[in-house]
Amino acid sequence: MTPSTIARHMVAWAQAAPMALVFLAFFVIPLALVVTVSFWDYNDWEMIPTFSGRGYTESFEGCLTKLPEACTMLKTYGQTLKFSFLVWFFTLAIGFTVAYFLAFHVTSTTWQIGLSLLCTIPFWTSNVIRMIAWIPLLGRNGLVNKTLVGLHLVDRPVEWLLYSEFSVVLALVHLFTFFMVVPIFNSMIRIDRRLIEAARDAGATGWQTLWNVIVPLSKPGIVIGSIFVVTIVMGDFVTVGVMGGQQIASAGKIVQTHLDALQFPVAAANAVVLLAATLLIIAAMTRLVDVRKEL
Amino acid sequence: MPHPAALELADLTRRYGPVVAVDGIDLKIPAGTYCCLLGPSGCGKTTTLRMIAGHEAVSEGDVLLGEANVTDLPPARRGTAMMFQSYALFPHLSVLDNVAFALKMRGVDKKTRHDKARALLDLVAMSPYAARLPSQLSGGQQQRVALARALITEPQILLLDEPLSALDPFLRVKMRAELKRLQRELGITFIHVTHGQEEAMALADLVVLMNGGRIEQQGSPRDVFNAPRTEFVARFMGGHNVFETAAGKIAVRSDLTRLTRGDGPRPAFVRTIEYQGPHVHVVVATADEAEHLAMIPEAVFDRDPFEPGAVVSIAWDAEAAHALA
Repeated sequence: MTPSTIARHMVAWAQAAPMALVFLAFFVIPLALVVTVSFWDYNDWEMIPTFSGRGYTESFEGCLTKLPEACTMLKTYGQTLKFSFLVWFFTLAIGFTVAYFLAFHVTSTTWQIGLSLLCTIPFWTSNVIRMIAWIPLLGRNGLVNKTLVGLHLVDRPVEWLLYSEFSVVLALVHLFTFFMVVPIFNSMIRIDRRLIEAARDAGATGWQTLWNVIVPLSKPGIVIGSIFVVTIVMGDFVTVGVMGGQQIASAGKIVQTHLDALQFPVAAANAVVLLAATLLIIAAMTRLVDVRKEL
Repeated sequence: MPHPAALELADLTRRYGPVVAVDGIDLKIPAGTYCCLLGPSGCGKTTTLRMIAGHEAVSEGDVLLGEANVTDLPPARRGTAMMFQSYALFPHLSVLDNVAFALKMRGVDKKTRHDKARALLDLVAMSPYAARLPSQLSGGQQQRVALARALITEPQILLLDEPLSALDPFLRVKMRAELKRLQRELGITFIHVTHGQEEAMALADLVVLMNGGRIEQQGSPRDVFNAPRTEFVARFMGGHNVFETAAGKIAVRSDLTRLTRGDGPRPAFVRTIEYQGPHVHVVVATADEAEHLAMIPEAVFDRDPFEPGAVVSIAWDAEAAHALA
């Protein structure tokens, strides 16, 4: 290497350094610590820095012996996966529709920007307030129940509206649909409008164009949005806790409970398992579409 | 391939609010014609093409194909097919699936539609590329695929929106010849939108020169070039000088415009001289700053070469002059 190429390499490294340092300090090192601690031993009041798999084995205690019945751990993961799937499904359905409307039916850029901003309104208040705001609507004496009773559609208030799986999914969908809208909209806006005309010229109906042209070309946005939504829902325990009336377990809640009990190695082990599960889902999704190509 | 049909446009009009893009066009294109819609940008040629294709709503008037009034039919039911500017190939589909797309939409089974698509890829010499994606093809190859895709529905009329404008000059001349050959072989009508008069003259049986949403002149390239009706036609087709005379404006072909040394009835001085092989292009300017081009055969120029700045007189034979409307 000549001195000038070395200098150029140095400049390139220097340019990448700030981001790399931030990444190292706030992501790689903490993650490495979590993985390390997950393999430490512990007793009731302290962690012991010697290698041990107890954090993992005790979390999954009885999972093999009890089969075919699911242990608490598997049940909790099943519950979390079910929420992830339901929320993913509804945010995708709603997000795709909203993005499609914005990209193809709203022709003026001003309206597109205006309506996109409208989608961000849920983010103007804090997460907690947005959740609490459901209570007057969905509670036993809430607006929905009063209306239903008032119209004599039901005899007594419907119980499953709040503190139920329904309310958890509803709140999560409400919170995260926007994370689906943005990447899908971004993919759709890049679709050449002449392709739609070309499809029409070839005799495609509206649905055929949607299925054969728009959906395949929106795939990168769909996958990116799905990654956002699935990772958030997999790790969420606040929304599940509040909207589930603290009665529904979640993978994130397990970590939190162990943290509260100062059982750091078990908490870390659970966090690593949750991370692995989430990474597996993302890996499966990126197998379907090469996202890097589209960025 | 299908039975070709004649196309007729009757008082075809397209308005965008108060703006009239196409202003009551009447045009008959016989079956099996290579027709070029020619004109500067914004003249309404593309809008006209899109109305024929069914991709643009018609404000007034009719599009008649053979016996049928297709004005309100969707694109795929008209018997036309369009080749889009910059081709609009589906980026996620292979070349073969791109070509077979229209048949897939009709519910034709995979084997039949792929066989048909392969036959068309053969026609445009693209069979070896069937499995590739459009992004892996050059501009000329993409165009061939777009042609095959448009032809798979066996249209009576193929509509081409500036098909050659995305190609480099060398490829443009090559593809031009190929389009013409294909049109002859298929025997169907091609309607080709272009802003290049050279392209139109090389290809067309019928040139339709448009300006401001109206047809300025139509006819064979030879008729339009040799007998421009208006000053716009003379200037747009090029190769003409427009002179003011006592009887009004006239057009004279540049190669029939002569220059003689010294003062005369139409004095001018030589501005630039360009050697172009068979001809020498001499640009002269008159006292009122109007520029004219004389294309002088090389041998004639060499007998008495001019220098820039030389004073000359412009002349032409009486039969070379065409009165302009």
